[in-house]
Amino acid sequence: MNVVIRFLPLILVIFLGGVLYRGLSLNPQDMPSALVGKTMPEFTLSTLKEAEKTVTKADLLGNIVLLNVWATWCPTCKYEHPYLVELAKNPKVTLYGLNYKDDRLAAQQWLTQYKDPYQFSIFDEYGTLGLDLGVFGAPETFVIDHHGVIRKRFAGAIDTRTWRKEFEPLIKQIMSEQQQGK
Amino acid sequence: MIMRVLLPILVINILGLFCSVVQASPVETFEFKDEITKVRFQALSKELRCPKCQNQNLADSNSPISSDLRKELYELLQQGKADSEVVDFMVARYGEFVLYRPRVSSVTYILWFGPALLIFIGVIVVIVILRKKTVTQENMVLNSTQQEKLKKLLADHADSNSSSTSSTANKE
Repeated sequence: MNVVIRFLPLILVIFLGGVLYRGLSLNPQDMPSALVGKTMPEFTLSTLKEAEKTVTKADLLGNIVLLNVWATWCPTCKYEHPYLVELAKNPKVTLYGLNYKDDRLAAQQWLTQYKDPYQFSIFDEYGTLGLDLGVFGAPETFVIDHHGVIRKRFAGAIDTRTWRKEFEPLIKQIMSEQQQGK
Repeated sequence: MIMRVLLPILVINILGLFCSVVQASPVETFEFKDEITKVRFQALSKELRCPKCQNQNLADSNSPISSDLRKELYELLQQGKADSEVVDFMVARYGEFVLYRPRVSSVTYILWFGPALLIFIGVIVVIVILRKKTVTQENMVLNSTQQEKLKKLLADHADSNSSSTSSTANKE
């Protein structure tokens, strides 16, 4: 008993050290979205390329959807773009864009200059859909399943590594759910 | 003479220039429908945390998202939404992270009740230690043999002391 009490401070310090050391390697920017597990919010907005054409939630759903939040004012989006062009060829997912608080002309130019990987981009000039999705920056990517439920939010650029680590397992899981008829 | 008049005006103007530069931080001007809404807006923008910044409230932050959320907050309050409705709106989109005062739930029990629990444990430890001390003091009463041994020791000590003092006295 005495031995335990004598070593108690040491044990506590080691425990506290472990907790704090773990804290050093955590990313404080990495926050789970409040919307994971909820259905995609409703919206009625125009597409980026055609100002007269409006799209709604119904136009997005059906497949496994990747909704990529992007803007021309966002440098990381430029870094991410070539990988998105690659990703557009992936048959497992359908890629849509959400042009977030941007200038329509500049965004259209961007897509002609760097290729357009999106089926279409939603033009969210005032960030209303962005607000409903809890977007606080760009790039962000949402994974929406075949029922229209948001399964994941990823803040930051997608590249080969993050795709393999963050997205592929989830997409496999959703596909197996699809096959089981869930 | 003209200089004497002009100089203060010039100085005041230059100072005024500096002041306007200092005050040029991007703060929106909102027109509130009444004083209470204004006070509620100020209170809520201090309570709500900017989701992009790590530790700034909406009132403090200059980030674009904070400015958007301030506008949204203003709109909601002007529409006559209650504080709790506004908070629910924000939490539904940005999660519990936006609350500087997290709600009491199974996830935050340790946050809310942890300190009280620690104080409680501390009080118990202090009580236990104090009780132990009083017990050892009771044990310090000597029995008769120990008492006699002590008397003998003290007597011996007194003897040697007096002899040593006398010996030193002799030397002098």
